Amino acid sequence: MSGAYDEHGHHHREPESVLSLRVRALESLLVEKKLVSSEAVDRIVSAYEQDIGPHNGAKVVARAWVDPAYKQRLLTDGTAAIEELGFGGVDLHVVENKPGVHNLVVCTLCSCYPHALIGLPPVWYKSFEYRSRAVREPREVLREFGVDLPESVEIRIWDSSAELRYLVLPERPAGTEGLSEAQLAELVTRDAMIGVALTRPPASAAR
Amino acid sequence: MDPVPSREIADMTGDAALPRKNGELVFAEAWQGRIFGMTVAMSHEAGFEWREFQTQLIAEIAHAEREGEPSSYYERWLHAFERLLADKDLVDPTALAERTHDFEAGHRDDVF
Repeated sequence: MSGAYDEHGHHHREPESVLSLRVRALESLLVEKKLVSSEAVDRIVSAYEQDIGPHNGAKVVARAWVDPAYKQRLLTDGTAAIEELGFGGVDLHVVENKPGVHNLVVCTLCSCYPHALIGLPPVWYKSFEYRSRAVREPREVLREFGVDLPESVEIRIWDSSAELRYLVLPERPAGTEGLSEAQLAELVTRDAMIGVALTRPPASAAR
Repeated sequence: MDPVPSREIADMTGDAALPRKNGELVFAEAWQGRIFGMTVAMSHEAGFEWREFQTQLIAEIAHAEREGEPSSYYERWLHAFERLLADKDLVDPTALAERTHDFEAGHRDDVF
């Protein structure tokens, strides 16, 4: 690439503060020209920060915890149930953790994953080691993630594919009866929705 | 009404992929979020199509890599955005340079 920008040295590394001033100058120009509004920029940044990643899945889980009818719909037809909350673009089957049953999601072939609900897959999810060992020795893999399940607990493995993605509905932690749906959503991690972690009560509510 | 994130933007792959941690977008500095938001807003307001910006961003990243420049992802993003705005006659590079000078010299101090 060539052109005026190169000649003006814009490609040189600049201190962060200079970049920050430049971005502010640009925003003031764009606002002046009515090409953008600062409120629109605020809303976009906030939407992308909050709505991508594990956040959407956490909202689904929290809703299922507080609304038994929603939970039933979610387990019966995950695709339709997440659409109720405005999430879609994926055929989803939700599997429920309960006493005596723990679910674990893997994609043995590649890295199929419900992006719309829990963001991009972590590196280990895509690793050959996880993809092969999750099926062969799930109990050991879970132990390495810090989840030490008693032998009496059955572990069910779900192999995601391009056609159908799985999401784990973790068990609602004890001692969270007083929490709001939004507070509950904050307890739900990406790893819990893959099945390699349990959901814990907030530190303050524990014990 | 909050905007719904576009998969076209959120799921860019390869060199153009948005920096993330644990699946979530990472803006190491406030200005990175502002420039991201401005670019997305301009694409919503029909200033340009997202793929036009994406093409520019990929070219900018390739250029910086070729030149061995240690610039950050969002620094390259900023350059790509400026260039696209100039190409579309939306923001004149000279006007931007002058406005930046106003901020550097303290003649202006708008905070967004």
